[in-house]
Amino acid sequence: MTKIQNLSRRNFVKVFGLATGGIILGCNVSGDKKEFVPSSSDKNSFSPNLFVNINKNGKITLIASRSEMGQGIRTSLASAIADELEADWDYISVEQAVGHEKYGNQNTDGSRSVRTMLEPMRKMGATVKMMLISAASKRWGISSNECVAENHYIRNTKNNEKIFFGDLVEEASKVKIPDTENIKLKEIKDFKYIGKNLKSIDLKDFTNGTAIYGMDKKIPNMKFAAIARCPVTFGSVKSINKSDAKNIKGVDKIIQIDRLVPPTGKFFGMLGGVAVIANNTWAAFQGKLNLDIEWDLGDNKSYNTDSYNQKIKKRLQKNGKLVPGSRGNVATAFKESKDIIEATYHVPHLVHAPMEVPNATAWFKGDSCEVWAPVQDPQTVRSEIAHFFNLALENVTVNVTFLGGGFGRKSKSDFVVEAVALSKEINGPVQVVWTREDDIKHSFYHSTSTQYLKGSLDKEGQVSGWLHRAAFPSIVSSFKPLSDYASGFELGQGFINNPYQIENFRFENAKAEAYVRIGWMRSVIHIHSGFGINSFVDELAAKANKDPLEFHLELLGIDRVIQGKSEHPFNSKRLKNVLKIAAKKSGWGKKLPEGHGLGLAIHYSFYSYVATIVEVSAKNKKIKIENIWTAIDCGLVLNKDNVKNQLEGAAVFGMSIALFGKITAKDGAIEQGNFDDYLMTRMKDTPNIDITIIDNMETAPSGVGEPGVPVIAPAICNAIFSATGQRVRTLPLIDLGLI
Amino acid sequence: MKSLSINGKNFSIEAQNEMPLLWAIRDIIGLTGTKFGCGLSQCGACSVLINGNLMKSCSIPISYVEGKEIFTIEGSSKNLEFLREAWHQGNVPQCGFCQSGQLIAATALLDKIEKPTNEDIDNAMSGNICRCGTYTRIKKAIHKAVELKMNDND
Repeated sequence: MTKIQNLSRRNFVKVFGLATGGIILGCNVSGDKKEFVPSSSDKNSFSPNLFVNINKNGKITLIASRSEMGQGIRTSLASAIADELEADWDYISVEQAVGHEKYGNQNTDGSRSVRTMLEPMRKMGATVKMMLISAASKRWGISSNECVAENHYIRNTKNNEKIFFGDLVEEASKVKIPDTENIKLKEIKDFKYIGKNLKSIDLKDFTNGTAIYGMDKKIPNMKFAAIARCPVTFGSVKSINKSDAKNIKGVDKIIQIDRLVPPTGKFFGMLGGVAVIANNTWAAFQGKLNLDIEWDLGDNKSYNTDSYNQKIKKRLQKNGKLVPGSRGNVATAFKESKDIIEATYHVPHLVHAPMEVPNATAWFKGDSCEVWAPVQDPQTVRSEIAHFFNLALENVTVNVTFLGGGFGRKSKSDFVVEAVALSKEINGPVQVVWTREDDIKHSFYHSTSTQYLKGSLDKEGQVSGWLHRAAFPSIVSSFKPLSDYASGFELGQGFINNPYQIENFRFENAKAEAYVRIGWMRSVIHIHSGFGINSFVDELAAKANKDPLEFHLELLGIDRVIQGKSEHPFNSKRLKNVLKIAAKKSGWGKKLPEGHGLGLAIHYSFYSYVATIVEVSAKNKKIKIENIWTAIDCGLVLNKDNVKNQLEGAAVFGMSIALFGKITAKDGAIEQGNFDDYLMTRMKDTPNIDITIIDNMETAPSGVGEPGVPVIAPAICNAIFSATGQRVRTLPLIDLGLI
Repeated sequence: MKSLSINGKNFSIEAQNEMPLLWAIRDIIGLTGTKFGCGLSQCGACSVLINGNLMKSCSIPISYVEGKEIFTIEGSSKNLEFLREAWHQGNVPQCGFCQSGQLIAATALLDKIEKPTNEDIDNAMSGNICRCGTYTRIKKAIHKAVELKMNDND
């Protein structure tokens, strides 16, 4: 690749000639800001983080910097470029980027890929279009204004002559790159792909079985490995006794690997254990089952879910640490109130359990290393490998495969570090595959939470005081041991920024130690806050003898915009709007069949506004979910059908939390192990799911992948109350005999 | 040496009798469209057809399938092609990982029931987990495939 044109500070893209006869354009996008940050022209090495490659044959390849885990990002980002470029979708293809800082922030989490990258992608497409137009106008000897781009051609508006994009590539690469301030983006009404229904660009690979996920990577003479890890988190190997493992046909070697402890504040390290190296996955699994290991269980062996929950519940009876965001005087409000309500809610540990288990293929070659893995955060993986194995960063290559689901589990690099450690030991390529039991028993768990809420109603039945005391082990404990209190960023996920307009708020946080690795799972702490708050408001409504819908709308208060530091201010009107729309869709207030009930929940997360109404039926003390209506306002919608698919999926994911999700520990070891005891929503459990997407194309896009999850469990439980009069304050429903 | 017939092709492989078919297909023969999800017949990611019957390849030893006809997602059949088309029209997959198994299970269903009801679909498809939650789309797509097939027969 040779640089054929200099970039001034004012240009958005850089152009490179390609040996293959096309041109490639790159632009620089800062990770979390919408602002385009051009790289300096005097730098010899240009590091754009997004590429568009246009070939002479008209084919356009976009390099996707974010990982594809089912959220449709490869399609979404490509469509934004294609729209502004006036490209024919059939000519677009997407290639996955390796992990490299030149691509900007690649960490695929927090529902932010579209939020942060839509505008740069659009600018990229618009710039390329301008260059193609400029090239065509030169050829025709007319002004640029007399040319238009249409479906992969530039048309001369004077005589309707057309030139194919591919035929302009060479000339386009030589024209002056337009200045950033001259880039004109399309008007919403002219969008061709943005805001429409576009199918996944990877559909055929998904239905033919040709999409390559982590485990599908094969290297000649590659070995397969399974690792036995201590049942208790951070326990270690005391001794490996003689066993039959080595006699299993296909088993090569048994290797002990020690835990790698991450430095404070970053990385994930790995648990360590005993690895069985074999010629195929099955032999490795069999070998692992036949190992006889004596473990030093370590400090976490005292972890028992029942006693832990009791301890936390007890703690919540006393005052916790006061959390910033509290205001007014709750004590006075309680004293002067007509009614007081108290409730304690509990959500157990949960695990992501993506359909594709953690796995990674690594080839350590002394002073360099290449890995192939389904990872959400390839740059951290790369840095972590360089750190632990003493390699120069540039000598570590992280290839990102398709992810068979991620949900936050694949943000963590531990399984890749294991593969590298083993490749180093055996001096050749190796694929580490976790069994499903490994996945469920050794995860970075979604934190277990207990919340105590106390509220007061005044004479008019208005909420006058709100005390919210929460205790849950912090994600920070995985990066900084002994972090026993929830952090500010966690409490900012729905606790201290609840949307209600109440005069007196008090937020408290109680101690909660971590005995397992804590991580983030789809919608993270919003799962706790969404459940506790929506359940409690429903209880307040019942106490006030008011319709929950009216009560919620009233409690949301006057229409107001809270600016904060974010570029996405909170707007209470948008939250009311989604609630009204979901309620209307559900026929809220209509007469329901005997034994049926409707429940509602609203939640604001990842800057998006979501409301869900659930209809349940109760028969012989068993609950069936009949209908789910969700409405979302996520600002500008990039791909409507994809948003719909995400919200449908979020409803099913939320149902798994409400109905079945529960991870428990006994003597430090996780008790669940596979889909027979960690149950999932299946097709027979799945109700009608109706999604409404608010038309709000004028507003900046906000999150989609996660915001649909937190509302589901509380809406289900509120519907159960409506149908049966039974309050559900502890999940999952299956434990209460309701499923 | 064992001889396996997969999608009409014969493969001679060196493997133990008790090796589950899944790993023979994936690690030895190299057809990676069939997925590992649980190893316990719980999730259906590894679904294949054996002599036309839906089975979980993670729990079937290769000794059982010798001499039988194995059909995987890499194969093609009339019903599977209608299903694929319906999957495309309905933009069904999210991460895609479970969809090989879903399509095979749906093929088995349409091979047996020409026009399944919602209940038939629930019964036939509830052995397949989709963690992304594409169930409503899968159900619609199965009905769509039936429609495509009927229109094709017209």
